[in-house]
Amino acid sequence: MDAIDLARWQFGIVTVYHFLFVPITIGLSALVAGLHTAWYRTQKQKYRRMTQFWGKLFLINFAIGVVTGIVQEFQFGMNWSDYSKFVGDIFGAPLAIEGLLAFFLESTFLGLWIFGWDRLPKKVHLASIWLVAIGTQLSAYFILAANSWMQWPLGYTYNQATGRAELHDFGAVLTNKVALATFPHTIAASFLTAGAFMLGIAMWHILRHPGEHGSLFRPAVKLGAITTLVAAVALVITGDIQAKIMTDTQPMKMAAAEALYDTSAPASFSLLTIGSLDGSKEVWSLKVPHGLSFLATSTLNGKVEGINDLQAAYEQRFGPGSYKPNVPLTYWTFRFMILSGVLAAAIALLALWQLRRRRKATKWLIRAALVVPLLPLLGNSLGWIFTELGRQPWIVFGLMQTRDGVSPSVGAGSVLTSLIVLTLLYGVLAVVEVFLLLRFAREVPAETEPSDPEAAEPAFLY
Amino acid sequence: MALTDIWFLLIAVLWTGYLVLEGFDFGVGMLLPIVGRDAVDRKVTLRTIGPVWDGNEVWLLVAGGATFAAFPFWYATLFSGFYLALLIILVALILRGIALEYRGKLDDASWHRRWDLVIVGGSAVPALLWGIALANIVRGVPMGADHEYAGSFFTLLNPYALLGGVTTLLLFALHGAIFLALKTHGEVHDRALRLVPPVGIATVVAAAGFLGWTQAFDGSWITWTLALAAALCLIGGLAASWSGREGWAFLGTAATIALASATLFTTLYPNVLPSTTDPAFSLTTLNAASTPYTLKIMTWVAVIFTPVVLLYQGYTYWVFRQRLGRADVQQPVQKVTA
Repeated sequence: MDAIDLARWQFGIVTVYHFLFVPITIGLSALVAGLHTAWYRTQKQKYRRMTQFWGKLFLINFAIGVVTGIVQEFQFGMNWSDYSKFVGDIFGAPLAIEGLLAFFLESTFLGLWIFGWDRLPKKVHLASIWLVAIGTQLSAYFILAANSWMQWPLGYTYNQATGRAELHDFGAVLTNKVALATFPHTIAASFLTAGAFMLGIAMWHILRHPGEHGSLFRPAVKLGAITTLVAAVALVITGDIQAKIMTDTQPMKMAAAEALYDTSAPASFSLLTIGSLDGSKEVWSLKVPHGLSFLATSTLNGKVEGINDLQAAYEQRFGPGSYKPNVPLTYWTFRFMILSGVLAAAIALLALWQLRRRRKATKWLIRAALVVPLLPLLGNSLGWIFTELGRQPWIVFGLMQTRDGVSPSVGAGSVLTSLIVLTLLYGVLAVVEVFLLLRFAREVPAETEPSDPEAAEPAFLY
Repeated sequence: MALTDIWFLLIAVLWTGYLVLEGFDFGVGMLLPIVGRDAVDRKVTLRTIGPVWDGNEVWLLVAGGATFAAFPFWYATLFSGFYLALLIILVALILRGIALEYRGKLDDASWHRRWDLVIVGGSAVPALLWGIALANIVRGVPMGADHEYAGSFFTLLNPYALLGGVTTLLLFALHGAIFLALKTHGEVHDRALRLVPPVGIATVVAAAGFLGWTQAFDGSWITWTLALAAALCLIGGLAASWSGREGWAFLGTAATIALASATLFTTLYPNVLPSTTDPAFSLTTLNAASTPYTLKIMTWVAVIFTPVVLLYQGYTYWVFRQRLGRADVQQPVQKVTA
């Protein structure tokens, strides 16, 4: 493999890995803030215990999210220096603003929340966790604005003399319709992830010890399940909006998502396909008539452009070359992304139904409790793989191809070294993280007297 | 003052803030096994930086992001050029952050011991390498007309840069010792204080050599004044520590780091990365910069939000201002029912 392939693998591995933790952080910080608010308003000890329990799991996850985020910021310069030079005038600004507005807020107030347990006035302490939650959302917005510019560049002019894209309308970058659609979709996915995380762990406790932990974890099951369901509805709505914007901005990605080779009106949506997906062979496929037309254009008979026609159009516009992304990968990641979300929502619904009042759960629900936290993680990863692979061969759609963005002075040996080092490091971190998460997910929060001064500090201090 | 100059200044300020702030938490990390002889003392030691180290590290992320936004060519050349060195720093920072967060999660001596080693290494390695990197930026690197770094990893390990690395390593250790003396009482305080004279003397020697050598590249009366002021603050800080004025001592080392950083950036200006191949190939504040439009937006954002950040970060230091001792970290026996 040469430097470009290695750099692409590295980007994929470190980014997908980082994004395993980010959605839990975004969703769970808000849920913990909600529990903390419940504790603050009702003064009930069970909410305090829940705040600490989920707070601890949140912190274990947050730590990895933060440290792996450091690589994100520097890898553009390390592996993609020609890309950085080409877009720095535009792409750097949201990144810097993300740091100034969001990272400072998150890290500072998280420190205050963890260590200020018995020092801060109660209101300030509560405000701290809310500021952390707001910080995570701000961070998501700015990074998605940056990414959306790569999907649908606007607000810039190409400067012949400097050979780079130069910003002339920052407002346009921040209100990019791709960003405005991607942000709520990502936030909804984050709440689905955190809801399923909470649901799975809380269900496990109830199913293991229905009497003892039932009353403590029952509200968490409810909160987790309802969060999951609401988020799933939001995901469908925002996903639908996003698909229509994608049809408009990146028709090739939409065509690849369906493996639609020839322009069709109406176009059907295939639930699954057995075959090669390269457009040459007859394949067997289970289809929803008019499905893609509706998804892409909001009308039942809308025209959806096919890969072959788009390829011809792009060759005319950009010169000879292949403008097709990896179609089988785009096709399947798109489907499994949707499927994993649907399954998580179904399990949430089943859990709510089975656990209403003090009914006994079936064996199936116990198994589902173990799986449900993993489903959104899979969906999030597949969603990003789809979004980023569907844009190929472009690093900035229509402006710069991925192969032109790589660092010219960095050899394959260096990239391979960092690829191996980071992959091994991340692998080890995953083991440690899962070990700690499982341990603390099993531990039931201590019951403490409100008057007990020794209990003022939570066990997650160090 | 041109926007490019303002941004050179702001980036210098961000790096300086990073070095002053994370400097002491690197120092505390490096000194952990020396000042913390038992489990409780180590807890005291780490608790001094617990609430703030993460916020300190964000200064690096903002400095990096601001460099990308304001001087993309500097960002691109520097981070692709210093590839392996930066990788080592990133790995160290990742491991250190995880160690700080996960160490206290289990009550197990061997778990603590392992993470303690990671904290020491994860603090010492970046403390050394940031000095090496900064020294190389000031001295310049082999670079052609294409502004691509033309050296190797070992080009960076020249005597001047190594001295720079040793200087930051010692200076941060000293800064950390003085911070610990200010923030604790009892055994940790006493041990930290005893470290100040020997580390201080070694720091004076290394810093004098390094800043003097720096002047050989591109010294002017301004940089000489700054370097001299840094030296005075260092000696003043050591004297304050000697006479038991720990707050002043900490201000002294903080000012030393700030002034030393100012010396380096002033020496560098108007270059951002000089070329040792031919000065004509150097990256400067002008040829590495973003457009005036981008710089203007970034300036507004910085002007509005930086004071807010300083305010709440200052508040954190105020909230956790009291000295810590063994009694503060003794945890109640956990009542776990499972």
